Amino acid sequence: MSDESATTAYDDFLEGLAEGESYFLECPPGHASLPPRYACPDCGATDLEERPLPESGTVTASTVIRVPAPAFAGEAPYVLAIAEFGSIRLTGKLLEVDPDEENIEPGTPISVTTERVGEENIIAFRLR
Amino acid sequence: MEDVHIAGVGMTEFGRHPDRTGRELFGEAAHKALVDANVPRDDIEALLYGNFMGGFAEGQNHQGPLMADAAGLTVPATRYESACASSGIAVREAVKKVRSGEADVLLVGGMERMTNNPTSVVTEALATAGDDLYESRVGLTFPGAYALMADAYFDAYGAERADLAHIAVKNHANAVENELAQYRNAIDVDDVLEAPMVADPVGLYDASPITDGASALVVVSESYAEANDLQTEVAITGTGQGADSLSLQSRESLIRTPAAEQAAEEAYEDAGIGPDDIDVAEVHDCFTIAEVLALESLGFYEPGTGYAAARDGETTRDGELPVNLSGGLKAKGHPVGATGAAQLVELTKLLRGDHVNSDAVTDAETALTHNAGATVASAVVHVLEVVQ
Repeated sequence: MSDESATTAYDDFLEGLAEGESYFLECPPGHASLPPRYACPDCGATDLEERPLPESGTVTASTVIRVPAPAFAGEAPYVLAIAEFGSIRLTGKLLEVDPDEENIEPGTPISVTTERVGEENIIAFRLR
Repeated sequence: MEDVHIAGVGMTEFGRHPDRTGRELFGEAAHKALVDANVPRDDIEALLYGNFMGGFAEGQNHQGPLMADAAGLTVPATRYESACASSGIAVREAVKKVRSGEADVLLVGGMERMTNNPTSVVTEALATAGDDLYESRVGLTFPGAYALMADAYFDAYGAERADLAHIAVKNHANAVENELAQYRNAIDVDDVLEAPMVADPVGLYDASPITDGASALVVVSESYAEANDLQTEVAITGTGQGADSLSLQSRESLIRTPAAEQAAEEAYEDAGIGPDDIDVAEVHDCFTIAEVLALESLGFYEPGTGYAAARDGETTRDGELPVNLSGGLKAKGHPVGATGAAQLVELTKLLRGDHVNSDAVTDAETALTHNAGATVASAVVHVLEVVQ
């Protein structure tokens, strides 16, 4: 009984990433978090404001997924990374990289975007 | 406050049970625990039961009453779900009930049926232990999450895959004589390094297997044990639980597991001991890197040094602190919801002297279990001590 036209704060966040208008949430004391969120995970404040996410980030850690979940059966092997954008970290698929040719070192500069995998748009990264 | 004693323990063989449903597996573990305890069924007041993926695996949620029935009991029964820490947390809740005087005799345990599903479905089910929106949807698998932790650990401390391989080698060696273990074959470092990769740098032999199995304990108050002349030999003297954000990306560090640090600190304080008092431990080695992070969180090793423990023979059977003498999750097997309680089952037998590996720890009096949910967003630690 789902309403196909309904979008969540997560869908809006992904749309922002796709359109180059990325944001994160910040509470008055300055704790950063990601939507959907009612209260700040650090202090419980509920007046959360959208702030622009830095365009450039760096890889914190990466892996090559070789045994995927069914939704990613056609994608493996693929590089998946956690990357830091200022005070926020995101997890995403690194696009346009051959996992068996390139070793992604921590600190590698990247930018964030989205990519279509099956029915879903997912968070993705590109080397800068 | 009532002291909590372990009156009996039981476990199925861990491995592949294609011909047995979950209820049969738990029924067997519960029966063995009840026989071992020599406690009348009528005295059991409740079942506290851990299970993670019953909805995926057998289309079966609401397993509490089902498993009480399977154990031949009609008692209030509750399923606890905290991913791989499900039955460790069920044990903790049982301890609290007995200590408070709310109950004197409880059945606690867990079960997971996994091998009746293809690997892809199990991979999907395990991924639901992580953050749906920010981890599973981008294609992060459970081994992938630990691979990210391992990658960050290697980068920070210069450890290598070969260091972690010694953990798998050790845990396989410990399982060789354990008739309940899934993998009873000895392996060497080259076997680990040459196995196919699952998520770099995690290879197949760095990972615990997909397993069916069940575990159960009968826990009683000390007064009940005395009144009924039970020969209880092991007590649960410390319990602790810690928490962290569900997603890895939200954490300050990828290479520390503060949930386990909190759980350990609470359990040590509860038991009135410290890490130096522990003689033997069962830790949550769902991946080889997880055993390293556990050793460091539990205060056995400083951060950045635990990776060498197995390699240097300090946590092997003959080492100063034997870790995972049962074979651990790696070789004993990891039926997710049964694992936490199974750690207590194995340690109880190791301390009582009726485990096949008891001769490695003949003087052991104090033991620890470390059970973790997903990438240690949940952690539960117990301290076990020989009574008298």
